[in-house]
Amino acid sequence: MALGRIGLAPCRFETVSLDTFIGEVAGVDDVVLPERWSAFDCRNNRLALLGVEQDGFSDAVRAAVGRFGARRVGVFIGTSTSGMLETELAYRRRDPDSGALPADFNYGGTHNCFSAGAFLRDYFGIEGPAVVVSSACSSSAKVFGNAARMIDAGLIDAALVGGVDSLCLTTLYGFNSLELLSSRPCRPFDAGRDGISIGEAAAFALLEKRPDRPRPDDLFLLGVGETSDAYHMSAPHPEGTGARAAIALALAGSGLAPERIGYVNLHGTGTRANDAAEALAVNAVFGDAAPCSSTKGSTGHTLGAAGAVEAAISLLAIRHGFVPAGLNTVAVDSAMGLNYVLAHRSMPLDTVLSNSFGFGGSNCSLVFGRSA
Amino acid sequence: MGLLRAYIEGAGIIGPGFANLDEFSRVLESGRADPSAPTPAPAPACLPPAERRRAGMSIKLALAAGLQALEASERDPSCLATVFASSGGDGDNCHQLCEALASDDRQISPTRFHNSVHNAPSGYWGIALGATAPSTSLCAFDASFGAGLLEAMVQVAHYGQACLLIAYDVPYPYPLDRVRELGGAMGMALALAPEPTARSLAEIALDFAEGAATALADAGLEAMRCSIPAGRGLPLIQALVRPEPCRLVLDYLDPLRLDLAVTPCR
Repeated sequence: MALGRIGLAPCRFETVSLDTFIGEVAGVDDVVLPERWSAFDCRNNRLALLGVEQDGFSDAVRAAVGRFGARRVGVFIGTSTSGMLETELAYRRRDPDSGALPADFNYGGTHNCFSAGAFLRDYFGIEGPAVVVSSACSSSAKVFGNAARMIDAGLIDAALVGGVDSLCLTTLYGFNSLELLSSRPCRPFDAGRDGISIGEAAAFALLEKRPDRPRPDDLFLLGVGETSDAYHMSAPHPEGTGARAAIALALAGSGLAPERIGYVNLHGTGTRANDAAEALAVNAVFGDAAPCSSTKGSTGHTLGAAGAVEAAISLLAIRHGFVPAGLNTVAVDSAMGLNYVLAHRSMPLDTVLSNSFGFGGSNCSLVFGRSA
Repeated sequence: MGLLRAYIEGAGIIGPGFANLDEFSRVLESGRADPSAPTPAPAPACLPPAERRRAGMSIKLALAAGLQALEASERDPSCLATVFASSGGDGDNCHQLCEALASDDRQISPTRFHNSVHNAPSGYWGIALGATAPSTSLCAFDASFGAGLLEAMVQVAHYGQACLLIAYDVPYPYPLDRVRELGGAMGMALALAPEPTARSLAEIALDFAEGAATALADAGLEAMRCSIPAGRGLPLIQALVRPEPCRLVLDYLDPLRLDLAVTPCR
């Protein structure tokens, strides 16, 4: 991110023939699930495994399970399409006479929405509560709320939280049917923006109950705001009212005034309507003061994983002191009234607000910060 | 004691051979529930005609069950939080998408695509009732009812506000029904509140437990409980209908079960 690299390239995924850019994670199909978990083998769970094995994360989860006990740790995963690709491929291999699916197709381990939750719970020997939230593109932001509430209620001490969503034909051809795919790398908040670039990702965090004596480098989830648009299945409320209410709720939960937020990680998908509605919501709360950007120009829109990906970016931004650039965007839409950041900026950062909004009018904002 | 506590203000149930709580009571009294009976296909009055045309069985079932509990609770839907729990979502829609994507012409309908999200019923609920409150859409495979109940009770405790749980499942069509067998379609809803009110039906206190889940005496209802994820909550509906103080163990994720102490308020 500091180097301004983008992960988007022309779509060569599977047999997909669409004029669009995608953020495909390299090497996903080379990941082999250990034999014991072979029933879970699909692109989504390979990506999940690739994700948890980065950056010493799996060691941190195992340490938490050891410290708190297997029953006192929960698993909260967001995904939109889970292992849907596996079913799409199985439908090409149906028996020509009976129409039956191939015998090697495992629905529960792959397609079902819960499959990544079941896989990761078992992979880490976790015996506490688990759930998958699937509320389209807000899924893996909302899981931070599920986990935090359960920790606050005293049911668990720690939670494996995150999101994983992988490329599949349903989303590529689906967004194409809505005429929302850009033929170029997406340009959120640009005056000429013309759609999204779909990406895939896995991102995870280990959320723990508040320590008695926080360490100086501890980072905190300070606020969660969730609302519903009650407006349309696939279009945001044009005034951004639901988004604005989610931002306000997250701020209220954090106890922070808007001017205390150092950076806003926008949902910023790059469609005309989404960015315009979000700009109204952000401007209504922050004016044009808060530095903000969408990181989807770099990652693409990772759909059900986007909330967790951008939570991770928000936490990294605080830890390393930077505001990420809104890549690909050249001329910010002047109607937006935002302090949109086009170049990577190194600066101390104590608090970040991250937005995630999805189909069905599902809105979620999160506030992260250095001090509780 | 109970880790979590809530008051049930309303319940909704639609399943094989029953369209509401009264019909469920009659089936229960008869002792001869029929799991092969069709589940009445509801037409939720709250859905505008255009949305009703676009909505499949799972959306209609979820909304209709939710409306039953909502009406009994007399709560304002615009500010009532909702938790939707389903093992599989809209199987018919999923099948149609997969068939189209496996064909030479991969053009799919935008409506079919936006209806494919797991939170489609939540979206339609919001549009139909102006519900801008938080809403989540969950899945935990066969444990989806337990996961939904747990989440709804955690929300009631955390926010000190009412929350509506809607659990629903509809079988997949062929060929997916051969790899994911469900014993019928069911929608079940519970309106939960943090404090007792004049509408309270029962207090429930939840703990984690282990061991065997509470079985139902009626063989037909027991078959529904075991073969429909939303049906895992049937022992609780039975306890509300009778009504009698009882201890129930509901299925959840191994090795955990949910221990419910049910105390009727009337």
